[in-house]
Amino acid sequence: MAQVDQKALLEFVLRQGDNTLVLGHRVSEWCGHAPVLEEDIALANTALDLIGQTQMWLGLAAEIEGEGHSADDMAYLRDAWDFRNLLLVELPNGDFGRTILRQFLFDAFSAIYLPLLTKSADPRVAEIAAKATKEVAYHLERSAQTVVGLGDGSEESHARMQEALDYLWPYVGEMFASDSVDQAMAEAGIGPDPAGLRAEYDALIGRVLSEATLRIPEDSFAHKGGRNGYMHTEHLGHLLTQMQWLQRAYPGCEW
Amino acid sequence: MYAQMVKSTGDAVKSREDMSDDERHFQDKVDANIKVEPRDWMPDDYRKTLIRQIGQHAHSEIVGQLPEGNWITRAPTLERKAILLAKVQDEAGHGLYLYCAAETLGVTRDELTEKLLSGRMKYSSIFNYPTLTWADMGAVGWLVDGAAIMNQVPLQRTSYGPYSRAMVRICKEESFHQRQGYAIMMKMAQGSPAQRKMAQDALNRMWYPSLMMFGPSDKDSVHSAQSMAWKIKINTNDELRQKFVNETVPQAEYLGLTIPDENLKFNEETGNYDFSQPDWDEFFEVLKGNGPCNTDRLNARRKAWDDGAWVREGLLAHAEKRAAAKVAAE
Repeated sequence: MAQVDQKALLEFVLRQGDNTLVLGHRVSEWCGHAPVLEEDIALANTALDLIGQTQMWLGLAAEIEGEGHSADDMAYLRDAWDFRNLLLVELPNGDFGRTILRQFLFDAFSAIYLPLLTKSADPRVAEIAAKATKEVAYHLERSAQTVVGLGDGSEESHARMQEALDYLWPYVGEMFASDSVDQAMAEAGIGPDPAGLRAEYDALIGRVLSEATLRIPEDSFAHKGGRNGYMHTEHLGHLLTQMQWLQRAYPGCEW
Repeated sequence: MYAQMVKSTGDAVKSREDMSDDERHFQDKVDANIKVEPRDWMPDDYRKTLIRQIGQHAHSEIVGQLPEGNWITRAPTLERKAILLAKVQDEAGHGLYLYCAAETLGVTRDELTEKLLSGRMKYSSIFNYPTLTWADMGAVGWLVDGAAIMNQVPLQRTSYGPYSRAMVRICKEESFHQRQGYAIMMKMAQGSPAQRKMAQDALNRMWYPSLMMFGPSDKDSVHSAQSMAWKIKINTNDELRQKFVNETVPQAEYLGLTIPDENLKFNEETGNYDFSQPDWDEFFEVLKGNGPCNTDRLNARRKAWDDGAWVREGLLAHAEKRAAAKVAAE
């Protein structure tokens, strides 16, 4: 393997792990409150998969960082500005429609991106991606199906799904807003530049959203600042306040 | 025990002489440990009592998601978060098996849900107590799931086939739940002074509510005899409570925690621990709706149901469109 900029590699891995951590946390907020029992079970299942992926990604991040930290330290002891997740995943859940649509928008990206990462020049990345790819294929199948069911459902469900899409759409573009980290990863054969995946992504979500009778907003403006940590939303701090509370209040304990 | 004070006929056990031919044949089958299956003839009261019991058990699983769900977003490590999520997900799954078992008796899940939300059906009193610290996640697994297992293991042999089979699956998962709870308690009891304090505090608050899970003393339990004759209740409340105390006391000692009962003492003569009864007035208040969390728990379930109405209706509308399109295409 060619010399890889370890700082860029760490950034890259944190982006993966922080996405799954923050989204897994958001989805887990539904536990016990979903519209039907089957959805409660399915949402918990998705959250579980995402937390499992987080353990692998953040474990690798800690290894690359080389300062003796654990995956838990990465999750529970970094502050908001250290997080490298997409803004999309830190947004509040909203109603069930927004939650499932956000899941779909994220799953669609993962379902394209992760299979490419299985060919990574870094075997550690390839191994995590291989495991996650199987889970994500199932997540996508389920979230796409539900988006279609609700988009092409009743008048109210259609309206709510359109509202959710209008709200979430400005957060989609950040997935493809690549930077020097992505370029370094592409050059080292670690992972593809996400910017090159946009056409495939648009085709995939276009098919599903059209079946769901939902209209993709024309404005292509994209909020950014999550994946490079420059400027998160106000929501992330609150999420971390809750997630990290025990570790912060009782430092150094074993749980 | 996730079903308490399940109303049976309210009468004494029917004598053989008073039984119809069908009833006698049914009782013979139960006595011979032959399972009753959905299409078999069964006394109306057997059916009704079972619906109440299985329904109450299912509701307990569903409402029981809330006190533990309360800590999922604050779980202190990724592993603990994953384990807790898996556990709460199991509980939703248990609810699903049990509602399915109840459906074989001719009641729908929606009907049962409606009865829960309107307060006409109960769930276990234990879930009306709050979970205040992370140690409560340990105590709930250790004590609450531990108490549930006491009742559910014998129920694997219950007379009604679908219920019995649901219990077999549920019991496997419950014993994992209990062990994960105890594992949390071990960490807490061996941890920092603050963690030990949380562990003792959790035991102090959860002990008596856990004893209440078995229901009132046999002498005050009017519904037991007929249910036991039908084998939908296998042991008496007091038997199970005693068994629970006997098994739990050494576990608490191993943790170095003190059970909040000055009268707790091993009785050489009976081979059992003597212990104080919980405050039964408090128990009846909780059943009436006056527990610390009754209002919040039920409101949370109502909100989930009401907020989810558009989702259920939307998906149904979509399924109908699909079905209509399929018919049109044929």
